[in-house]
Amino acid sequence: MTDAISEAPRALEREAEKNDIRTRWLLATPAIVIIFLFATAPLFVMVVYSFLAPGDYGNVKWEFSLDGWTNVLVQRDIFDDTLMWADAHLSIFWRSLSLSVITTFLTLVFGVPTAWFIATQPPGRREVWLFLITVPFWTNLLVRTIAIQELIRAEGVINNTLLFVGLINAPIQMMFTDFAIAFGMTYVYLPLMVLPVYAAVEKLDFRLVEAAHDLYAGRWVAFRRVILPLIKPGIIAGSILVFIPSLGAYVTPRVLGGGKNLMFGNLIELQFGAGRNWPLGAALSLMLMAAVMVSLIYYVRVTSREQSDG
Amino acid sequence: MAEPARPTRGYSVRTLPGFAIVALFTFVALYAPIAILVVFSFNAGTSLAIWEGFSLRWYVQAAQNEQVLDAGLRSLYLAGFSASIATVAATMAALATTRTRRFPGRTMIYALINQPLMVPEIVTAVALLIVFAAVKVWTGHTSMIYLIAAHTAFCVPFAYLPIRARLETMDNTLEVAARDLYAPPWKVFTRVTLPLMWPGIIAGLMLAFVISMDDVVITEFVKSAGQDTLPTYMLGQLRRVVTPEINAISTVILVVGAILVSLFFALTMRRR
Amino acid sequence: MPRPEDCCLSRAPSCKLIEKPSVMQDTGMQQETGNMDSTETSRPSAGDTAIDVVRVSKIFPGDPEVRALDDVSVAIRRNEFFTLLGPSGCGKTTLLRLIAGFEPPSMGSLRLRDKDISRLPPNRRPINTVFQNYALFPHMSVAQNIAFGLEMLGKPRDEIAATVDEMLKLVQMEALKNRRTSEISGGQQQRVALARALAPHPEVLLLDEPLSALDLKLRKEMQIELKRLQNETGITFIFVTHDQEEALTMSDRVAVMSAGKILQIGAPREIYEAPAERFVANFIGESNFLDAELAGDTVRLKAGGSFRVAVPDGVAAGPVSVLLRPEHASVRIGEPGPEELPVQIENVVYSGDATVAHLRLSTGEAVKARMPNAPGVAPLSSGAKGAAMGIAPGGITVLKD
Repeated sequence: MTDAISEAPRALEREAEKNDIRTRWLLATPAIVIIFLFATAPLFVMVVYSFLAPGDYGNVKWEFSLDGWTNVLVQRDIFDDTLMWADAHLSIFWRSLSLSVITTFLTLVFGVPTAWFIATQPPGRREVWLFLITVPFWTNLLVRTIAIQELIRAEGVINNTLLFVGLINAPIQMMFTDFAIAFGMTYVYLPLMVLPVYAAVEKLDFRLVEAAHDLYAGRWVAFRRVILPLIKPGIIAGSILVFIPSLGAYVTPRVLGGGKNLMFGNLIELQFGAGRNWPLGAALSLMLMAAVMVSLIYYVRVTSREQSDG
Repeated sequence: MAEPARPTRGYSVRTLPGFAIVALFTFVALYAPIAILVVFSFNAGTSLAIWEGFSLRWYVQAAQNEQVLDAGLRSLYLAGFSASIATVAATMAALATTRTRRFPGRTMIYALINQPLMVPEIVTAVALLIVFAAVKVWTGHTSMIYLIAAHTAFCVPFAYLPIRARLETMDNTLEVAARDLYAPPWKVFTRVTLPLMWPGIIAGLMLAFVISMDDVVITEFVKSAGQDTLPTYMLGQLRRVVTPEINAISTVILVVGAILVSLFFALTMRRR
Repeated sequence: MPRPEDCCLSRAPSCKLIEKPSVMQDTGMQQETGNMDSTETSRPSAGDTAIDVVRVSKIFPGDPEVRALDDVSVAIRRNEFFTLLGPSGCGKTTLLRLIAGFEPPSMGSLRLRDKDISRLPPNRRPINTVFQNYALFPHMSVAQNIAFGLEMLGKPRDEIAATVDEMLKLVQMEALKNRRTSEISGGQQQRVALARALAPHPEVLLLDEPLSALDLKLRKEMQIELKRLQNETGITFIFVTHDQEEALTMSDRVAVMSAGKILQIGAPREIYEAPAERFVANFIGESNFLDAELAGDTVRLKAGGSFRVAVPDGVAAGPVSVLLRPEHASVRIGEPGPEELPVQIENVVYSGDATVAHLRLSTGEAVKARMPNAPGVAPLSSGAKGAAMGIAPGGITVLKD
């Protein structure tokens, strides 16, 4: 018969903990392997590719080259071989950034009141409204983009209606504009704003709002001084959730922006298609990834600062 | 005659001026484009904006279109395979990462599982294109395995979410109680843990299925020739003259998606 | 069909679900003794012992690490209703979890009938737990919950069915057999949890504050019910509570814990009337602590009056602290007699069955006196000067610290 008292202190605990951690690692292994092989490792391969030379018909030549990275900002003139700024790239970066900010802003304008409205409904009805916002969230993104496309086409419902009513004489060109992209992205990403803001409002202790009113705050002051600070984490989360996919959007700008109004995602695709410059495409992808990471880190820092202030 | 007393609209701290109107507008705006898309899928004419009478001709046309059927079946097959594998992996990962103190490597496991959510889809798509292009040349093998692998990877974090949520709300003492009542670890899992986390697993499976069905970007870059799924087929068709056939296909996708989402909703809400 | 009263009680041989030697003969004696005060606290011989906790410590890592149990030793006898009593965070639940096997001890060992069980997982210990939140399986019916342990032990189907019925009868839940556990009230859940833990007939039943979620009336009922079940089944009960009244009413013996240590083990009366330490006295019942001087077997209070006392071991002559329970003090208006102390009445609180007088002694020490109310007797008035406090014989207890 063994007697635990004679063993080293905490031997049983150490053994139990070791077993527990080993089991946990074993359980996590399949997920880790799948994601590492088919999501993480390819990113590292891409880093390598960004330092290779482009192949003549796509793909790469296995020789070291910094062209992938320099081509992001400068390009060589075909005729006199001088270096010049890659204006097209710069304007695409700018369009991506500004359209993402506009989209985030628009989803805020429509999303926050909607989230508030849902969260302040009586419990039974609240679930119905929440359901109504969730359905488009999981509805096919391409289908929803097609719905917008059909709405704003030259011969689409909006133009037809306006023509019919007589407000306009000729169809308004909405397709293949920056407006179309911002409109479409706001439409498809709106639920991503509503859900986290809703979660924050639902958690809000309304007695605090009552306390603010009790202490002579009007609705607006109570909103600005009490409600807004309390639901800020939800608003920040919603903004990240909208901003990040907007920055990397591919389908919506492709369908609604057409061949001219490219965003970052479409520029990347171009390098693997007609552009036949894989290293540049890889470099652009890594830049996009870095931009997303920076915005994530920025927001994390903002939120943690908020929390330590409060 | 005195009027009957009207309900008083008292002061409520939950009301903010204008919010309800914006919200209702948002709901209308959210559903109107989809509703119009569905309506014109039944249009007798070829227009997407002028109603020419009710007809099912576009559904018939889609149903007789070999490419549509082929792509549709491929989508189902791909989503079924990927979502199932992803759900099993996610279930195991959720069991590994929840209900524990911080242990060495836990943060890393978390980060890795959520990694596909952190990176823009187009970046993952391009990275997979690079790797799979090399593998395809090297092995000469171009089956669906590439699509299944890619889809499984990005489905794992989605399947993981509801399963983890379910596990976290589960009462830990139930499993302790089962052990206390002489259940060996495996029996604890099959008799207590699994039945209790089942709604989460089903929800995760459905979420992963929907996500896989909806994917365009990664599929577009990973697929080999002749491996169109429904979304990539539709994306290709948009370059051409668009007829309400696209609307008919979209409507079918919408209905299937809505059913799955409703089930998902029912499963995740029931425990409240 | 056996008669119901034969059924399921430990002595019915058909119901012995876990192989155990015939140790139940003394159960009858236990029943007769009931809650009789035994002042005997010496360590029982190994044959009597159900659970032997030997120098167990439990340290939870962290910064700073928490020493939840600090070198605890206690021998719990067979067929005993043993209570671990203490404030939250004193380590009582940790000790229970260690006995159940949910967590390993950091140091020391646990023995069940002289066998080291420290390494056994909970599913291999013939010990069952009634959880604080009951931990009923929500996806199973009442009957399925009760059957679970028996199924896991691989009992034959008909035996399981019979035992489940016996258990349902024992806790008076026959009517709700097929209900979901979410469809029954808190008190009923409590009964199901008890039945589920008793069904495999464990050698030891652990109860982790099982009554804390119930309202007062139900709690009182369940206290009596638990005592009955313990008598009928002859199983060793280890009960954890922070409620001193609960501990005193139900237990054969009580261990008072604080900060990971057991301060005193004894019968309820012993714990109440002869607390070893100030903490025990303070935690159980209401207390007045007074300064005194000990000489021989006599204490002289600073405020006046000499009393003969039993001197606990290890207390030397000199200044000591003594305990006076409020119900052992009384007050009347008038000049103090020879055995009485002059006091000032500061406040009088009427509380139905009793009146509590807040008094101040000549030394400035505050004392509470609690006197039962008699019909038609006028209450004391506060602020009255020239009052006298009497102390019941044996009302003064010398404390160790």
